[in-house]
Amino acid sequence: MVLVALLTGGLFLPQWAMFIVTIAFAKALVALGLMILLRAGLISFGQALYYCLGAYAAGALGRFLGIADIFVQMLAGAAAAGIAAFILGFLLAKYRGIFFGLLSLALSMILYGLLVKNETLGSTDGFNILPSTLFGTRPGPAWVRYAVLASAAVVSLGLALVVHRYLRTPLGRLAPAIKDNEIRVEYMGASARYAVHVIYVVAAVLAGVGGALAATTVGHIDPDMAFWTTSGEFIFITILAGTGSVVAPFAGALIYEIIHTTAYDLSPNTWQLSLGAALLIIIVFLPQGLWSLVSKMSTRYARHP
Amino acid sequence: MRKVLVALAVAAAMPAAHAQSVKIGVVTFLSGPAAAPFGVPAKNSAEFVVEQLNNGQAPAPYSKKGFGGAPLEIVLLDEAGSTTTQVTEFRNLVQRQNVDLIIGYVSSGNCLAIAPVAEELKKLTNFFDCGTPRIFEDASYEYVFRTSPTATMDSVGAALYVKDAKPGVKSIAGLNQNYAWGQDSWGDFEATMKVLVPSLDVKTSQMPKLFAGQYNAEISALLSAKPDVIHSSFWDGDLEAFILQAGPRGLMKQSLTILTTGETAMHKLGKQIPDGTVLGARGPFGPYAPNNQYNKWFHGGFVAKYKDEPNYASYQMAQAFLGVKAAWEKAQDANGGKRPSNEQVAAALKGSTFEGPGGTVKMSIGKGHQAVMETAYGVTKLQGGKLTVTNVKRYPAEKVNPPEGVKSADWIKGGFKAQ
Repeated sequence: MVLVALLTGGLFLPQWAMFIVTIAFAKALVALGLMILLRAGLISFGQALYYCLGAYAAGALGRFLGIADIFVQMLAGAAAAGIAAFILGFLLAKYRGIFFGLLSLALSMILYGLLVKNETLGSTDGFNILPSTLFGTRPGPAWVRYAVLASAAVVSLGLALVVHRYLRTPLGRLAPAIKDNEIRVEYMGASARYAVHVIYVVAAVLAGVGGALAATTVGHIDPDMAFWTTSGEFIFITILAGTGSVVAPFAGALIYEIIHTTAYDLSPNTWQLSLGAALLIIIVFLPQGLWSLVSKMSTRYARHP
Repeated sequence: MRKVLVALAVAAAMPAAHAQSVKIGVVTFLSGPAAAPFGVPAKNSAEFVVEQLNNGQAPAPYSKKGFGGAPLEIVLLDEAGSTTTQVTEFRNLVQRQNVDLIIGYVSSGNCLAIAPVAEELKKLTNFFDCGTPRIFEDASYEYVFRTSPTATMDSVGAALYVKDAKPGVKSIAGLNQNYAWGQDSWGDFEATMKVLVPSLDVKTSQMPKLFAGQYNAEISALLSAKPDVIHSSFWDGDLEAFILQAGPRGLMKQSLTILTTGETAMHKLGKQIPDGTVLGARGPFGPYAPNNQYNKWFHGGFVAKYKDEPNYASYQMAQAFLGVKAAWEKAQDANGGKRPSNEQVAAALKGSTFEGPGGTVKMSIGKGHQAVMETAYGVTKLQGGKLTVTNVKRYPAEKVNPPEGVKSADWIKGGFKAQ
């Protein structure tokens, strides 16, 4: 039902808004991954690593194989990020707290450094992605935005459902336990390291899909996608959204994008100031994130039926 | 009573004027490290040119008000932020703000990302400053133009000047930032020098990271390598840091140093740049601009308005406006005096030739979408407390730009054939 509402609602959006919503979907997927990590008490300052890997995997498909199908690109992004996270996970799953955060940051900056030095991939200028296709057909200019938006909505909703289900599995419920008391988790006979490894790979896959989606939407990729400021943006969206529900990152990303574009539009000379002020106000008055508004309302309704 | 009449007249005139104004999106860096050397001088130039054009004060053939009588209106946008942001905001400019055309972009990465979007949205877009030749070499566009020459010209011109200024040159070295601009600039310069001097010895290529700020290790390496010539495409903060750090150690006295974008620093750091340093301005701009009526108008008016010298980014911006204006009016005449469509303006701009404060601009490569110009280099000399350039040599457009249909890299490697 949500999907039908999204798809029909999308039809009435102007094209520029379709673009913003699609980008919000892409960033929300990364934030969704960060939310799962955050539930286990882990903050990754380098999630842009997988966002960028996903984008470059999608870009490489077009550049070297001539494939530009949106779904194949997202699969490639997921696969590239997943494999990389599986390997790096053996190292990272051992660390917690600031060590986990800074190690992940260092890894993403290594990718940034490698891409900047690589002149065949366009160095800092990056390269363009082939125009998106859908199941072998190329939508016309009037429909391409909607096609990308619809694909993004379908994939995002599917992944959000999977994550929602996962959070209710024993492995998913282990995450808050690891955050609270890791030693007790181990005494119970569960392996915290294994659980963290799994969470890390899931978060990376989500970021990879988000990166591939952003790449095909924007039509261009560059190493800045792996830069630490990109990771910072994702953390910001996650904190802005709150960790209450899998829907939160999507709402958070959309609101972030709207504030961002309004600030650019209204104050071209001081947009950073307006953006910062707006976000600061939200954080000060809603320290638990935007989703706390929704949870507050629902508990109020529950108390006074 | 008179006040009421004036108010009525203004009210009556306003909707009409508003309805037919030409809305131009101007995108350039308003924040970040590229704002001071390129973004703000370019923005000032755009505002100056629009004011002059709207008052009909530019010299002929640009003396008609606005574009073909329609007044111009600027919608300003900051170029800072990721390419995702830039693409988002470009779409907003076109589809939410409904601008008629867009002039902008300093960063080559942004230009590469924007070009296909402009084509998708069928919106006339003129890049005013970005340098990479890849834009029109890797793809072809109908709505995208660049009225400034590519960075290839800067590197080839630099090599030709070095060869002329130091005929027995045997060795070179480079100091460039490790990102696309620095890599491409050095790559083209090195390749051109190797063609000009087959026995060339490349001593060292120092590639510090962008905005490193401290270059003492690189300066030591360059001092001990003792090359005849040092090439650097550093700009703004990095360029100033390098000049201040290299000056006391005598690097620029030991080797002939060529700073391909040095012009942006010459007004601020005039006294720190040693005499005999080669300065570039990415074309015949600033101190290398010809003494024509357009330059007198532009330079004189700009200095009077801002009490500051226009740098090459200012010249490129003015040139971008004049090129589109000429095409717009040509298209309007062909359209029976009616306001031309984007397609008609694009057709008129394609392959056109026009004059500006930097001299003649020929839209002759990239299927008529990419400009070529002559270029000039000279060496610095402090005269009466002001830094000037002497020994200026000019190189015609055909000598420093590849011919139509040939990629810059192939043209250089092939020994500049098919000229």
